[in-house]
Formats: sequence, structure tokens, C-alpha cells
Amino acid sequence: MILVIDLCYRDGSLSRDEFVGPVMRTLQEAGAQFAVRHYAAVSAPDLEAANAVILCGTALKDTGFMEHPGRFGWLAVFERPVLGISSGMLTLAGAFGGVAEPCPGIGMTDVRVIAPDPLFDGRETFAAYELHEFAVQVPRGFIPLAVSDRCVQAIRHRSLLLYGLLFHPEVRSEWIIERFLRLAEPALSV
Amino acid sequence: MKLGVLFSGGKDSLFACWKAMQHEEVACLVTVISQNPESYMFHTPNIHLAGLQAEAAGLPLVEMETAGEKEAELLDLKRALLEAMDRFGIEGVVTGTILSVYQATRIQRLCRELDLWCFNPLWHVNQETYMEELISSGFRVIIVGVFSCPFDASWLGREIDRRTLDELRRAAKKYQITLTGEGGEFETFVIDAPFFSRRIAIEEVSRVYQNYNGVLRIERVELVEK
Repeated sequence: MILVIDLCYRDGSLSRDEFVGPVMRTLQEAGAQFAVRHYAAVSAPDLEAANAVILCGTALKDTGFMEHPGRFGWLAVFERPVLGISSGMLTLAGAFGGVAEPCPGIGMTDVRVIAPDPLFDGRETFAAYELHEFAVQVPRGFIPLAVSDRCVQAIRHRSLLLYGLLFHPEVRSEWIIERFLRLAEPALSV
Repeated sequence: MKLGVLFSGGKDSLFACWKAMQHEEVACLVTVISQNPESYMFHTPNIHLAGLQAEAAGLPLVEMETAGEKEAELLDLKRALLEAMDRFGIEGVVTGTILSVYQATRIQRLCRELDLWCFNPLWHVNQETYMEELISSGFRVIIVGVFSCPFDASWLGREIDRRTLDELRRAAKKYQITLTGEGGEFETFVIDAPFFSRRIAIEEVSRVYQNYNGVLRIERVELVEK
């Protein structure tokens, strides 16, 4: 079971359909089993039941999730596959000491793959939709996988399936979420 | 949070408005009236009735005219949003954008410039689910513009009920178009919504149509009790 975490400003917010809805739809179409929780409501049993986690994005002005780093301490020891999308990337990186820095980006951008990884296998460049106010410094233990002209667009933990994407794969790059599901499959079938 | 809804009179903006009302306070509707029938950002048929729809909804309307030239119309939208901020204290904007990255990008940038929240509750929605919900929740929507095959003159003025939705499904599948018409295949006008206190009764229309391209212009209407 995949735990989809809503990072928006309130449980059941007006942003949920925009940032969690499209991820849910991609998972449904891929036939994946998932549960959705708001970040403030994630419980220990939720985490125990999760074989993988997807952290969704938020609106540009929505930074409430950054004010509660303590809620995400579990990410540093979770060890199962994680996909952090945009604000979710900041959250994942933040749990490993990665610092957010202002780097706004809105719209389609060209992403260049700079390190081989099965998530992007066979693609050297692709166009992706970005919507972010911040980017993140690559935390220790992670490597940059892809970049745009201005920001690091994708990172991965050196040994675990912990991915952070600055762009939004649920918009025009759903194939990346499907790839993540395939990579996470051994964990999902446990 | 007080919000302004970008409002075209069509189904997507009014459905987005309804969604917004369930979570936040909708303080006003914001309409940009384009003089250009091929406006990049704002659709045009029957936008002259936006005021009547706002009245039916019991919401104030901020209207701004634009010549409708590609990027200049964004400046006119900015003026409209500044006015909505000034008069109604809006802190955010709601749009009915479904798939258009072009439109979403421009509105997101403008909101950022004005330090406004931006909400797109229909963003990448399951179009089948959306159209079903539109009908089942009490929206009454008619087709007022057709701009591509297979939408001929017979579609102008049709209400999107279950039967029409079935036909739209078949057309969408056969011609590989969106079920919602977001690609500009057809345009809609809302005559009733769950939050309208009165509905719009159409009394007189005129049609202009040629070769899968046509508009139903609503000439005379009135608000009637529901």
C-alpha cells in the first residue's frame, strides 16, 4: 500500500484536488493501492502499513508544512521507497538536512538528466511542469539526478529509493510516477 | 480566506466557484471582457451576461475590458485583480483551468506577482467524473459555441444533460477531443447552479454558424424564481 501524503495548508483544503487529486488519478490508472493522509494526521500505524510514500506538492504561497519539520522526522529512518514532489522534495530533503533556498519556477521547463538512474532510464532530456518558490540544496547522502538551467530538479538517496522531484510529474510526466511504482514494486508486494 | 473567482460564465469557472465556496469565502467574481473573439485567455460568447449570472449567484462582479491581444490581456486581468483586491480584499484567485498549462502558467505568475494564492480545483480532474458531478449537483449548462468537428449547428443551445453527455462521450472518443471541451471545441453558458438563488430563463437567441464554427448569442433573458 502506498501512503499519499497531502502537504497542503489544511486537511481537506481547496488545494487538495489540485495537488493530491492528479497523483491519486495517476495511481488509480496504474492500478496501485493507496491511502491518502494529511501530513498533520499521519499516524504510526499509517507509516507501518505503508510500503512506499508519495509526498505531494502545494500551492506556491503554501509553506505551512515547512513550519513543522518535526512531523517529518520519520522520513530519515523510513528506508522504504519515497517520492517527494516539489514541496514534497523540500520535505524529504529537509529531513536529511537539505536547506530550502529561494528559486521560483513556474511553467514548462527543460530537464536534463545528469546521472544514470532507473527512474529516468532512456531519457536524456524531457519537458516538465514546475511550480515552486524554493529549490533545495542537495543534502548529504543524496546525489543530483537531473537539473534545469536554474535548479536541481531531481535528487536521489545514494543507496535507498528516496527520490525528490522539484517539478510536478503528475502534469504531463505521469510516466515518472509509473516508473517509481515499478521500482517500488518489490516493497509494495511485501 | 477571501477569494475572487475568474469567471467566464461557462461551466468550468462556475463549478470551480462552487468548489471554492465549500472551502473558503468567495468574495467576488472577476471577468475580463475580451473584444477579440479569438482571445487566448478568455472565452467570449455571451460574456455580456456575466453580470446577470453574478446577480443570480448573489456575488459582486469585477469587470474589466480588454482588447484581447495576446499578452496585453494579462495586464488587463492584472488591473481587474488589483481592483478585486482593493474593493473586496481578496487574498487568492480561483480558476476553472483543467488541462491548459499555458493558462495555468500565466495565472500562477500573475498571482505570484500580486502575492495572491492561486487555486485550480479542476486541475487535471478526471473529466468523466467531473461532467457527471456537474449534472448530478444541479448545474444547468447549455452549449453556446461550437468550434470544431463534429459539433454542428444542432449542438448550439443544447443543454448538457445525461443524453448530451452520452453523445459528447462518443464524440470525444471518435474525434480524440476532451470531454469537457477545454481544447476549445465548444463553449458553454451556465443558466443554473446549486448556489444560484434564481435561474436564468432564455427568451430569445440568435445563431451564427458556418462549417463547424458557430455561436449562440443570447439576446434576451430574465432571472426567474427556482
